[in-house]
Amino acid sequence: MEWLNAVLQGILLGGLYALLAAGLSLMFGVMRIVNLAHGVLAVVAAYLGYFLVDKLSVPAFLCILIVIPVMAAIGYVMQLGLLNPALARGGLAPILVTFGLAVVVTNLLQQFFSADTRSIQTGALATDSIQINDDISIGVFPLLTFVVGVVVIAGLQTYLSRSRTGRAMRAASDDKEAAQLMGIDNRRIYAIATAIALGVVGLAGVFLGMRTQFSPTYGDATLIFAFEAVIIGGLGSLWGTLIGGVVLGVAQTVGAQINPAYGILAGNLVFLAILAFRPTGLLPKAVNS
Amino acid sequence: MRIARSIQAVAAIAAVGLLATACGNLDSSSSSSTASSAAAAPAASAAASTDAAPTGTIKVGFVSAETGPLAGFGEADKFVVDQMGAYFAENPIVAGGTNYNVEIIQKDAESDSKRAAEVAGELINTDGVDVILVHGTPEMVNPVSDQCEANQVPCISSDAPWQPYFIGRGGIPGETSFDWTYHFFWGLEDIAAVYQDMWNQVDTNKKVAGFFPNDPDGQAWSENLPGMVEANGYTINNPGLHTNLSQDYSSQISAFKKNKDEILMGVPLPPDFTTFWKQAKQQGFNPKIATIGKALLFPSSIEALGDIGENLGTEVWWSSTSPFKSSLTGMSAAEYTQAYTDATSKQWTQPLGFSEALFEVMAAAVIAAGGPDKQGIVDAMKTMKVSTIVGDLDWTTGPVPNVAKTPLTGGQWRKTDGGAFPWDLVIVSNSIAPMVPTGGTVEPLK
Repeated sequence: MEWLNAVLQGILLGGLYALLAAGLSLMFGVMRIVNLAHGVLAVVAAYLGYFLVDKLSVPAFLCILIVIPVMAAIGYVMQLGLLNPALARGGLAPILVTFGLAVVVTNLLQQFFSADTRSIQTGALATDSIQINDDISIGVFPLLTFVVGVVVIAGLQTYLSRSRTGRAMRAASDDKEAAQLMGIDNRRIYAIATAIALGVVGLAGVFLGMRTQFSPTYGDATLIFAFEAVIIGGLGSLWGTLIGGVVLGVAQTVGAQINPAYGILAGNLVFLAILAFRPTGLLPKAVNS
Repeated sequence: MRIARSIQAVAAIAAVGLLATACGNLDSSSSSSTASSAAAAPAASAAASTDAAPTGTIKVGFVSAETGPLAGFGEADKFVVDQMGAYFAENPIVAGGTNYNVEIIQKDAESDSKRAAEVAGELINTDGVDVILVHGTPEMVNPVSDQCEANQVPCISSDAPWQPYFIGRGGIPGETSFDWTYHFFWGLEDIAAVYQDMWNQVDTNKKVAGFFPNDPDGQAWSENLPGMVEANGYTINNPGLHTNLSQDYSSQISAFKKNKDEILMGVPLPPDFTTFWKQAKQQGFNPKIATIGKALLFPSSIEALGDIGENLGTEVWWSSTSPFKSSLTGMSAAEYTQAYTDATSKQWTQPLGFSEALFEVMAAAVIAAGGPDKQGIVDAMKTMKVSTIVGDLDWTTGPVPNVAKTPLTGGQWRKTDGGAFPWDLVIVSNSIAPMVPTGGTVEPLK
């Protein structure tokens, strides 16, 4: 029964990882940009949520209606102002830019919010659960996180395959010169992709801020798990990211069930095994194979 | 195939970058600020000191974590360094007939042990300090102390239990000691005594859930505490040490539920305790009393927990109600915490008093040594007795050489009724430090 519980909790944890990783996956899928500022941007969203809920008394879940557009706007500007020029300088430049951004933003957060830990209060939702039997109860909040993770991934996938802009994104991803010849403005398409990615980061950041307490440096810890979820699932594949998140979550909880010291280790081993034996991930992007 | 390989390459580059961010120490330089004392001192000392006495300067290095995950420990340090700088500017240390101005060089160790050793090296080799002060967890204190020991510079430290400080650095109680490094704090035996006193006041089955991380604190606690509580019938159920910043604690919670533990203890990081405690509530683990080290030290941590923080217990090394006075400024703990709140509009934290006490011990040692003579300072430290804002320190009666003990009490966080701050740390156990007044009695968790 404990093992079943470990697997169940791992799947729910996977939902959180997928939600955290979705933006990372989208940016890589469309632009081949590995955004190392992803974790700290999630923390920025968490601070924004904290500010709205704690200081301006916005109801907990309504704050996402403000956080998502604000983060999306930041994404749009960031792509146009920083990443597009960097992309023109080759593959390594955007990584360095996002790395620098991560360091700068972390220190700015420290300057403005101090090192104090914060959390977005959700009242009873934080501790509510559905009890299945004596050994297994499922927290309402982790369940909600999982559902939101799945909905976000499904929504993004549908958007990419059905909408006009989504198709343009895939076109620009597959062959940017050809896409440009067809009249697609790559820079604008990229800006929209990053705006969507950061909107998702905003959502993920708020959930992160509700789940635990964060400080300016908390982004690094989340980035590594999001990154692993993307690699395990297959770079650039959104459904793969969901599967990657769940595989990572289950590996961690089952590892921890063997011994709490092995939780994170088990996740890292799965990640390394994938890199070694199946570097394209579990669900490689169909167009590339 | 080619694409697969290029993806692999990008992934590898990104992984390297990621590791670099995760370490977070690519930062160019520490924020080193020199207190205003150096500039202001000459004029002030001329007025305050005895006429025409010779003057000199003592260079004091001060290392703590101002940024990074341990920044809570260093949060009050800017205030302390400014306040001490201003105090010494008015009142230079008079030792051996000479008036010494105090120049404080503050360095941020960025919560990173390697960085802590590095800035200690800079202080010794570049700044040429006479003595180094350091505080805030073994991760900060140990590397700086080791650096001082190797370079033969006196080091005074605090805010780390003495076992990880002394044994963790290779000291063997009863056999070895250090020549250049001196420490004041409590030890794990005090934690065991305080926590048991708190547990005794609640009716339980004496089964204790142990929530320990795989770091120096977690290792020291999980190894030493079971033996210390055994005699009183308490058993600690330790399912294993978790990795810091894990995101799920279901396996520990199942183990605690299965064993029907009614007491919770541990020494996790603040975000990990929040994740754990919310999951414990979700999954139906409801102990009757909880005593948690480290994670619940700071008011911001308990504010972040919200309502489920009520009556969580922690160890209290120092508080606004501590009955001690500074040997330098004469300020009581209450006056000092108030001065901190007035200056920063923040609630006091426990390291505040200990940061101040480091300067008290340093001044006492310099006076006893008759000046900033390095050998003289460590010789004076061997038999040092000084009454500070954190208690009466005596290096002749410590558990091991190099260590003086401070009084430890236990407290529980309670919501205040319209006070200046939302939560208050109420002292509920003073069994091993009866001079510290209590503010209430132990209450079970709701």
